[in-house]
Amino acid sequence: MISKPTHRPTYYEELRQKGYSRRDFMKFCSMIGAYLGLEASGIAQVANALQKTSRVPVIWLHFQECTCCSESFIRSSHPIVADIILDKISLDYTETLMAASGHQAEAAMHKTMQDFNGEYILCVEGSVPTAEDGVYCCIGGKSAMQILDEAAAGAKAIIAWGSCACNGCVQAAKPNPTRATPIHKLVKGKPIIKVPGCPPIGEVMAGVIVHVITFGRLPELDRVGRPKAFYSKRVHDTCYRRPFYDAGLFVETFDDENAQKGYCLYKVGCKGPMTYNACGVTKWNNGTSYPIQSGHGCFGCSEENFWDNGPIYRQMANFPGFGIEADADKIGMVAAGATAVGIAAHAIATNFRKAKLIDDLIHEGKDAEKEL
Amino acid sequence: MASITHSSPHKLRRVFVWQLPVRVYHWLNALAIVALCITGYFIGNPPALLSGAEASDRYLFGWIRFVHFVAAYIFFFNFLFRIYWGFVGNKYADWKNFIPTNKKFFQEIWQVLSIDIFLKKNKEHMSVGHNALAGLVYFFTFIAFMVQCITGFALYANMSDWWFADLFIWASWLFGHDDFALRNWHHATMWFFIVFAMVHVYLVFYHDYVEGRGETSSIVGGWKFIDEEAFHKDQQDTAEWEVKKKGRAIR
Repeated sequence: MISKPTHRPTYYEELRQKGYSRRDFMKFCSMIGAYLGLEASGIAQVANALQKTSRVPVIWLHFQECTCCSESFIRSSHPIVADIILDKISLDYTETLMAASGHQAEAAMHKTMQDFNGEYILCVEGSVPTAEDGVYCCIGGKSAMQILDEAAAGAKAIIAWGSCACNGCVQAAKPNPTRATPIHKLVKGKPIIKVPGCPPIGEVMAGVIVHVITFGRLPELDRVGRPKAFYSKRVHDTCYRRPFYDAGLFVETFDDENAQKGYCLYKVGCKGPMTYNACGVTKWNNGTSYPIQSGHGCFGCSEENFWDNGPIYRQMANFPGFGIEADADKIGMVAAGATAVGIAAHAIATNFRKAKLIDDLIHEGKDAEKEL
Repeated sequence: MASITHSSPHKLRRVFVWQLPVRVYHWLNALAIVALCITGYFIGNPPALLSGAEASDRYLFGWIRFVHFVAAYIFFFNFLFRIYWGFVGNKYADWKNFIPTNKKFFQEIWQVLSIDIFLKKNKEHMSVGHNALAGLVYFFTFIAFMVQCITGFALYANMSDWWFADLFIWASWLFGHDDFALRNWHHATMWFFIVFAMVHVYLVFYHDYVEGRGETSSIVGGWKFIDEEAFHKDQQDTAEWEVKKKGRAIR
């Protein structure tokens, strides 16, 4: 059970208690400042905020999801990231990582919701099934919808982690049997930050949380509701293979010479040109690599409906309503072919149906020649 | 406009139909559409080129996209100009040629359908400017123009520093922020233009072949030839149109 302490330690104090040096702390501030795109003075702001503010209570709910968001988060490159939020002290409730279980865990969550009403940040991983009164996802005898409603009521802000919470991801793909619904469609009147991706990049997740702590408000969001600092550039525009795209040099199949040479993956279905994410810059696993660098196209995991815009390995998406393997070009070519046949038939028929008219025209012309 | 069966020789009068701005619009539009379709097709389906050259020495796909974007700007502003000309141009350029506003419009559509499309035997339809069916089809193409401009600039917005393209960003919202779908529709609509161009060019040939009234050259020089009887009818229409237009202007 968590009791409300009279003095809540600041982030900095907690980190010092855990044995991090001042130097480690400043390194972390610099790193996260760089990810946030802050100038040098902004890094001091981050350090200042983490030293002065007591930790913000966090409730982290898991619904229809695979926990890959949590996995990504605890693997972000700086250890403080995990310690600062995902430590059992900082995180008041999360099914996956908390020590408590059963009634104890439920009690802890309710205590946080009561004690920090209007102050805590609600992180939601996963979508909420709304079909059949939400029976497809129940925790502790309550449906996901009920839990979300309760938790959202007193939240200061909501962070929707990952594509499940932002757009429903794979379980919301057609035909969406459980009617999996993203968070922003269920909770109204609360600020929501969408951090899509399957999963989102760990550093991006950390950056979003640190931004909220440092500046006490939401980061600037794009038109979809994603933080601009990480989702304002297309994967395509930050791709190191972009010169091959501009040169018109493409991988045709995954086992051809062009693939070996590292040409652009556009023709084997890379969705980088329509996808906004930081993969090309921040990369994954301590900046080791990202899908395109390992020879696989981006499949657009941070975009709406990416599962329904397949096939993954073709550039042109299927055209809705025309069955599988029917892209816009195939339909268009059939339409153009049918038109050509129609035109030919019309041209032939014209010569029969309008024979007299055409004949008259020829005679008129010949008569006119004689008059000359 | 009457449909007449001719056995006696035509007596033709010359009518100035397409004003210079209309002709310039037509050809700019045609060039832009051809450029947009070709480059657009390649953007969707890049050709497989094998080359030993270094990527740094080549900018082929960059050029294809550049041409597409330049042509798109020309296409858009040319289209805006044509809409403007629909309000200040002559009778044959008037916006009322494109939007059915009365019963007569639909009657003429039916006439054109039966005579020119279903080929009523040895009849011809006399129209001076656009016939009603053509007018309506052009109205549909204007809608397709709009769809292409909106979806195209919405896709382009994030590559552009100019506020202009951002004006179209709401199209992404229309598609539920699903840029894949936006792109797919933009690509699919291209095929409307291809099919339209095929039918359009064929019908120009058809009219010149069956009627011999200078259909093809009219879009170069602006002149068409028309039967004496239909000519007088058209003169009357023009006079009425001018009176109405002046009336509108005064009000």
